[in-house]
Amino acid sequence: MLSSTADHLFWMARSMERAENTARMLDVTYRMSLLKQATQEPAQEWSAMLNISGLHYEYSQQHGEVSADDVIHFMALDETNPSSIVNSLQLARENARTVRGSVTSEMWEALNSTWIEINSIRSGGVAPDGIAGFFEWVKERSHLFRGITYGTLLRDDAFRFLRLGTFLERADNTARILDVKYHILLPSLQDVGGAADYYQWGALLRSVSAFETYRKVYRDVITPRRVAELLILRADMPRSLHASLQEVNQQLREINGERAGELLRQSGLLYSELRYGRIEDIIAQGLHEYLTRCLSRIYGLGDLVNSTYFWPAED
Amino acid sequence: MHLPYDEMHLDAASLRSHYRPFAEWLESTAPEVIARKREEADLAFHRVGITFAVYGEDAGKERLIPFDIVPRIIPSDEWARMAVGLKQRVKALNAFLHDIYHDQEILKAGRIPPRQVLDNALFRKEMVGVDLPGQVYAHIAGIDLVRAGAGDYYVLEDNLRTPSGVSYMLENRRMMMRLFPELFSRQAIAPVEHYPDLLLDNLRAVAPAGIVDPTVVVLTPGQFNSAYFEHAFLAQQMGIELVEGSDLFVADDVVYMRTTHGRKRVDVIYRRLDDDFLDPQAFRADSVLGVPGLFDAYRRGQVTLANAVGTGIADDKAMYMHVPEMIRFYCGEEPILSNVPTWALGKPDDLKYVLAHLPEMVVKEVHGSGGYGMLVGPAASREEIRLFRDKIAANPANYIAQPTLSLSTCPTFVASGVAPRHIDLRPFVLSGKDITLVPGGLTRVALKEGSLVVNSSQGGGTKDTWVLEQ
Repeated sequence: MLSSTADHLFWMARSMERAENTARMLDVTYRMSLLKQATQEPAQEWSAMLNISGLHYEYSQQHGEVSADDVIHFMALDETNPSSIVNSLQLARENARTVRGSVTSEMWEALNSTWIEINSIRSGGVAPDGIAGFFEWVKERSHLFRGITYGTLLRDDAFRFLRLGTFLERADNTARILDVKYHILLPSLQDVGGAADYYQWGALLRSVSAFETYRKVYRDVITPRRVAELLILRADMPRSLHASLQEVNQQLREINGERAGELLRQSGLLYSELRYGRIEDIIAQGLHEYLTRCLSRIYGLGDLVNSTYFWPAED
Repeated sequence: MHLPYDEMHLDAASLRSHYRPFAEWLESTAPEVIARKREEADLAFHRVGITFAVYGEDAGKERLIPFDIVPRIIPSDEWARMAVGLKQRVKALNAFLHDIYHDQEILKAGRIPPRQVLDNALFRKEMVGVDLPGQVYAHIAGIDLVRAGAGDYYVLEDNLRTPSGVSYMLENRRMMMRLFPELFSRQAIAPVEHYPDLLLDNLRAVAPAGIVDPTVVVLTPGQFNSAYFEHAFLAQQMGIELVEGSDLFVADDVVYMRTTHGRKRVDVIYRRLDDDFLDPQAFRADSVLGVPGLFDAYRRGQVTLANAVGTGIADDKAMYMHVPEMIRFYCGEEPILSNVPTWALGKPDDLKYVLAHLPEMVVKEVHGSGGYGMLVGPAASREEIRLFRDKIAANPANYIAQPTLSLSTCPTFVASGVAPRHIDLRPFVLSGKDITLVPGGLTRVALKEGSLVVNSSQGGGTKDTWVLEQ
């Protein structure tokens, strides 16, 4: 496969996954803010949302004060924010347009329809009572794209680079959400594992579609430690770090380029730590420190994919 | 002036027989159904993303070329004759290109003034003496035909560089079959869907000598090119890679593409990039779209480019008037398809005549394309004609003139209902081992009432083109 094609496929899937994750986080934050009690600081969870995406600075340059409406607009429809849903969907479509010969026509048409619809949503705006519906729509478009990919695409390297993009992005996102919830919502370490705010932890689980899963797996009250275990170490939880890295590792092994030695070593190492890790050890070394290291290693994997397959140094 | 030839109607009261089944269907189908189907077509084209980028105003926007559901229908005997004429013409054009880049017999024989070829900026001196597989230069030719007067076909222009539009021929057919499958059981319509297979066969047939299983790619300037959709579409339909210049590199005169599993040799490049941009080392040094070293690899026979470098000399508007002579010279036959009478304004007598008849003439720039920089005398205001007269006076050799042909019309859906609009036809002729073409082509329609300019950049639309089977 052409290096540039692999690059576009990777970012096509990655951008779509990013749009979905952003919609998930906005959705949960929005629902939470409706449940809030008057005593609580309303802007806090919206700030957290910006921190997860690392966009607090860019936001405050434009809007100053954190408010629900502004954050939703900034993260969903603002074209100046490179990670907004609208830009992620546009990027997915642009990448698909460049390599539409390498994907099935159903995949292209799904992404193109999404782009056409988001353009009309952007010009019409989202009514306050339509916000939840909008997030649902973004999630559904992402489900549709992933489903069409799974159901129509030949299992060759195109498929593998797409999956790679999806799961690297998902790993990154799950690590960020968990980190922010632990680190920012519960800044003092003594609070971690202490009096948990049921709604906060419930919201976190819902944002990764894990609320029912948690009940099924633990059949008990929600505790931060178990939430961390579920989202980091459970192989059967499809948005966990373990599951994401398992998929990343699998795809990389199947692509198996001549120069992929270091890439395979690093992904294998990270995967086996998740595979054989224990939550007690992770908590003991500090969850934030652990997740920060994870994030930087996930980032490193993306870098290595880039230099191994998309822009190799030689030639 | 006579009324233009109407493709569907014989006269006010009667239909031409080959249109009868369609006309009956149209008559018996409820207007609401038609309206709904037309909307459906629009939506589907948008969803599939069959769009073209626009230059100038609104640059960067993607627009849809309007699609009209009334097909242009060609009876089988008309097509049979046209196809023979097209093959003859393309055969002569390829022979001409090989000749002028080798022995130049046609110039030595005095059939074409040598200076018109040798001093022409489109004559690529770099190509002299370069041998090409099968001596094929114009692997893909788009020949623009119009029907005028009492119904005779004329060749308006030969497109031998990077002719576009074939994706619309294919997508328009697909759309018609999807919207109105019942129509295809009423008449036997010749298929066009195998065009990509035919194209790939032809491209493989012209691979460098000794290559057993050639790797063919489509080279595009990139997604901001107006025909990008078509480049991607053709690559996908042929199942080959769509590459940009940056995907290719040359090492030891061999062309490679960068892949996730290292370099892979490329043997045939269907390039949709103009000569000037192909190789910054050989042509325009500022081209970032091309591949350094490509031209040397090409000259040494290590890679085939389709179309060849230097075909522009044969489709230049100044060379057009010599094509009938090329056919006589190389094929020893009389041309089957007629040329439109053409005046070259570089000749004093022609210039004098044309300036005296400007309001009746169509005047075109010799190197122009896409309907830009032309004067349509009957449609122009006095002021426009005066301004154009000055432009001609400044550089007469830059222009040719033709009588304003009354292009045939075909019924077309417009805001006020169904009305006649002028059309042309571009069949695509492929040269490889043999010369072949699929029965059909792209029919373009000028949607503005009375307009003769069918180019999509100037508000033209397209129709499906049906060649009837016997």
